[in-house]
Amino acid sequence: MSGQSLFEKIWQRHLVSAETPQAPAVLYIDLHLLHEVTSPQAFAELERRGLAVRRPDRCLATIDHSTPTLPAGSDGRLPYVSAEAEAQVETLYQNCRAHNIRLCGWGDPHRGIVHVIGPELGATRPGMTIVCGDSHTSTHGAFGALAFGIGTTEVGHVLATQCLLQRKPGTMRIDIDGDLPAGVGAKDVILHIIGAIGVDGGTGKVIEYAGSAVRNMSMEARMTLCNMSIECGARAGMVAPDEVTFDYLKGRPLAPGGDAWDQYLLEWKALHSDSDASFDEVVCINAADIQPTVTYGTHPGMTVAVRDSVPAANGNASDAKALKYMGVEGGQAMQDMPVDVVFIGSCTNGRISDLRQAASVLKNRRIKPGTRTLIVPGSEQVKRQAEAEGLDRIFIQAGAEWREPGCSMCIAMNGDLAAAGERVVSTSNRNFEGRQGRGARTMLASPLTAAACAVSGRISDPRQFLDSDDD
Amino acid sequence: MTKHIDSLSFNLPIDNVDTDQIIPAQFLTTTERRGLGQYCFYHWRQEPAANDERLFSGFDPARHRILVAGANFGCGSSREHAPWALLDMGFRAVISTRIADIFRSNALKNGLLPVVLDAEAVDFLLQHGQTALSIDIAARTVDIPGYRTVSFPLDAFSAYCLIEGIDTLDFLLSKQDLITRFEAR
Repeated sequence: MSGQSLFEKIWQRHLVSAETPQAPAVLYIDLHLLHEVTSPQAFAELERRGLAVRRPDRCLATIDHSTPTLPAGSDGRLPYVSAEAEAQVETLYQNCRAHNIRLCGWGDPHRGIVHVIGPELGATRPGMTIVCGDSHTSTHGAFGALAFGIGTTEVGHVLATQCLLQRKPGTMRIDIDGDLPAGVGAKDVILHIIGAIGVDGGTGKVIEYAGSAVRNMSMEARMTLCNMSIECGARAGMVAPDEVTFDYLKGRPLAPGGDAWDQYLLEWKALHSDSDASFDEVVCINAADIQPTVTYGTHPGMTVAVRDSVPAANGNASDAKALKYMGVEGGQAMQDMPVDVVFIGSCTNGRISDLRQAASVLKNRRIKPGTRTLIVPGSEQVKRQAEAEGLDRIFIQAGAEWREPGCSMCIAMNGDLAAAGERVVSTSNRNFEGRQGRGARTMLASPLTAAACAVSGRISDPRQFLDSDDD
Repeated sequence: MTKHIDSLSFNLPIDNVDTDQIIPAQFLTTTERRGLGQYCFYHWRQEPAANDERLFSGFDPARHRILVAGANFGCGSSREHAPWALLDMGFRAVISTRIADIFRSNALKNGLLPVVLDAEAVDFLLQHGQTALSIDIAARTVDIPGYRTVSFPLDAFSAYCLIEGIDTLDFLLSKQDLITRFEAR
């Protein structure tokens, strides 16, 4: 009998009852993250049935999607995009009060994007099952947790029972071995992977990212990697915990302390795939082959190296539709396409290391006039840290807008958006039609590439802006 | 409850239809489940597509209850507003060669049937315009006139819940003793 994968170990430990041909497994959930957009109908269903929240101590809520990123006006009112958006945020306040759930709301030093604050607080830990009504919950897999997005009905299931009905997914291991070239980061890696295996290449599976390039990544880089697992259709993405993970977690507000820490550490060190674990599929990627990568189409699998050209649609009607929407043609060079807007932020690339990368390009440089650049920290803590390091001044002096934390232009439902026809280079995770505003043309990229595009006002290879000591 | 879905199909010959197309994020500030059909495929119902035809011209909610789409339908976000909107627009089933995991899970919980068929069957449908289809949920078959009757996968629990109208939260609540025992470990 073969050994167990990391996923199988966590899955087995959380089975309240195993699946049978007749019924799915009942899987226990350790941590339930909540935000304002996908929770109101779930709380309403609990109220309709007269049910309590089973484990408010296992819930953590924040406001991020519908929140404005501009500060309150002189009248003290926050500039919500609509009364409905404000009411949605207020609904989460009411629900958290009614059910005794911790909410990182306005004024809380830990408010921020749900997938940024969970790790920051040390709420995210190895070996946990973590869910949220948000597909980028896969981010938390970077800690060796089984973390995945769920719909609102399932949010209600977890609120009421702390459990989910689940069929066991398949498994996939992606080995990324070797050294990443200078100027190439986790965002380029995951865009490269989605381009390689396809936008549905991970459907039905949980991905474990392994190999020396992953071992050499920081926690924040691993979060970027796992974050976009859903963009190739995967149920979740994960990385086995190691010293990098433990160093990151130690001393965080909600991380275990004292003797408990040592107990947890023993447990966490056993959380890796056995050497003889089998996977349904194994993909090998050579790190040295990965270039600064951007998307050219309308899904995250339509990727190309910045130095290359737009691939031809080759008679595929969906690809042709995508190229038409994007206003590009097969064979056209990516570099030197003009850029109207640059967005740096999101649960993919809104952490302090992402902002440091952007600042390394923007320092002592000016953003091309006419290229509107929005830089949005992922959380209040990221904002404080960036300001303590003077990154905000670098951004403002370069000509960027420095905003309040939130999802902002990633999902563009708070009023931060681009106009029809505008080309946006974005460090977010989705380039779907209309994602950043009706008719807006999104090209996904790393923080380094996005900052380089801001400076040149065109699609640009960031390596021309790297100082040798940044290598 | 629901055992059969008999309806004309409506074709959306686009691959990778994502949940942002099904229900754009600007409509997610609602705290309700209802009333989203008017915003379903909001942009595509208003703008000419690549072939300069409106993708949804000819759509009739009274007659078209089965949507046939290109590969990888429902990719993207976990928003359950997507199946809510499709149901409110009039659809009862979606046919594709591949359906994204979270969308599939959300659809089943709301009584929207996800039907995965092989590429040959979906291509036949996409090439033949609207077709009077008959879906038998218990038998897990779609009768395609002029082609043949084809099977689709659906696990026993999901089929039971759809046919009998079983609420999955009630099923989970019936496991509370087991959950309490698990928590006490």
